[in-house]
Amino acid sequence: MWKRDESVKPATPPAPSPAAAPSAPASAAPAASEPRAQLGRDNVNIGKSVIIKGELSGSEDLTIEGSVEGTIDLKDNVLTIGPNGKIKAEVFAKSVVVLGEVTGNVTASEKVDIRDNGSVDGDIASPRVAIAEGAHFRGSVDMQRAGAKPGGKPNVPGSNPQAPQQGGQQQAGQQQGGQQQGGQQQPHRQRVGA
Amino acid sequence: MADATRSLTDLFGMLGPRRGTETDAAAELSVTNVSEAAYPSQSLHKFLRCLQSTDNPLLLDLGPVVGSNVTFFGEQLGCRIRVEDIAADIDRHVKAGTVDQLAEFFPKRFTQDPGTVDGILCWDVLDYVDRPAAQALAKSLCRLLRPDGCLLGFFSTAESAEKVYTKYVVVNQTTLRYRTYPALRPRQRSLLNGDIIKLFKDLRVTDSFLMKSKRREMLFRKPTSR
Repeated sequence: MWKRDESVKPATPPAPSPAAAPSAPASAAPAASEPRAQLGRDNVNIGKSVIIKGELSGSEDLTIEGSVEGTIDLKDNVLTIGPNGKIKAEVFAKSVVVLGEVTGNVTASEKVDIRDNGSVDGDIASPRVAIAEGAHFRGSVDMQRAGAKPGGKPNVPGSNPQAPQQGGQQQAGQQQGGQQQGGQQQPHRQRVGA
Repeated sequence: MADATRSLTDLFGMLGPRRGTETDAAAELSVTNVSEAAYPSQSLHKFLRCLQSTDNPLLLDLGPVVGSNVTFFGEQLGCRIRVEDIAADIDRHVKAGTVDQLAEFFPKRFTQDPGTVDGILCWDVLDYVDRPAAQALAKSLCRLLRPDGCLLGFFSTAESAEKVYTKYVVVNQTTLRYRTYPALRPRQRSLLNGDIIKLFKDLRVTDSFLMKSKRREMLFRKPTSR
């Protein structure tokens, strides 16, 4: 089975010079250009042994397996932090997939996806955020909703703030939760307006 | 006749293992049910209604991060969510043998400005700390909450030596799924109603429900200063 990563990665990733590394990581590995052309789309891989300090920007999808400190700016592209990737940076991208470690704020115009064993310590700003079970996250999430009216009230589906939602809602909840013990879970209201 | 009996026995013998397999499967399923059971919540929808009164409310979640909760509160309610996993703090202190320092740790734990948080999902973290730490944590939370902001807390009504935390997964606005995971220490004690009210003496109890899931759900609101 052909593995794309193996064909793309140079055998020994060259240590980038501080000048070359930041803006064009692709140019740091000319040997990989031919296999990459076969892929039919732009996708750059920064290998395990590569350490980049500074500003990293570009217009290609990027997978990082190494370490990056500073800033990553891929506003129109997908950034993937591989399982071995360690990022200490402010990240801006169209979409970010985290399987490794990120320390720093992450801003994405489309989606942030923290996969199982992925870790983010920092604030996330993105309209969509997915955090898998087993992922680590510490920070805040701000989903600047694209369709939200400025100043509009948040919307709870099916809620009616005017109507009391006691018995009927509980029944609805029982129907939805297939494994719940709702029929025996009638709570006793103890105290109201204490 | 004997042949017929034998063939029936054989037939039952053939059915036997299948029956056992089904039983095993059912038992396995029930184990899953125990750790993933869903329960109705009487106070969650009131908490959500409280959040609805503010635009882009800031929500502090004291439990471990739950992806679907982030989606629920972030996408559907438009909340800014701050995840502060207190259970992880407790475990870290247990591991380091510094649990007695939690009372000094909690007042410095939160970086938010006082009176800036619209809602706090306290869940059941107070069950896992001793009294001085619980007082320190409750005081910090009261300080963070804005006037008219709300806090949802769960308190166990039964003693348990089981070393597990519970992730509360929001199924919908009236249902929570309880998902347990390993902890380094069990619940410390069951807080009585009066103890809880004393802990949050700066807040007003708006609702208290004793659930058959052996938890007391309490919704607090910070009084507006007049």
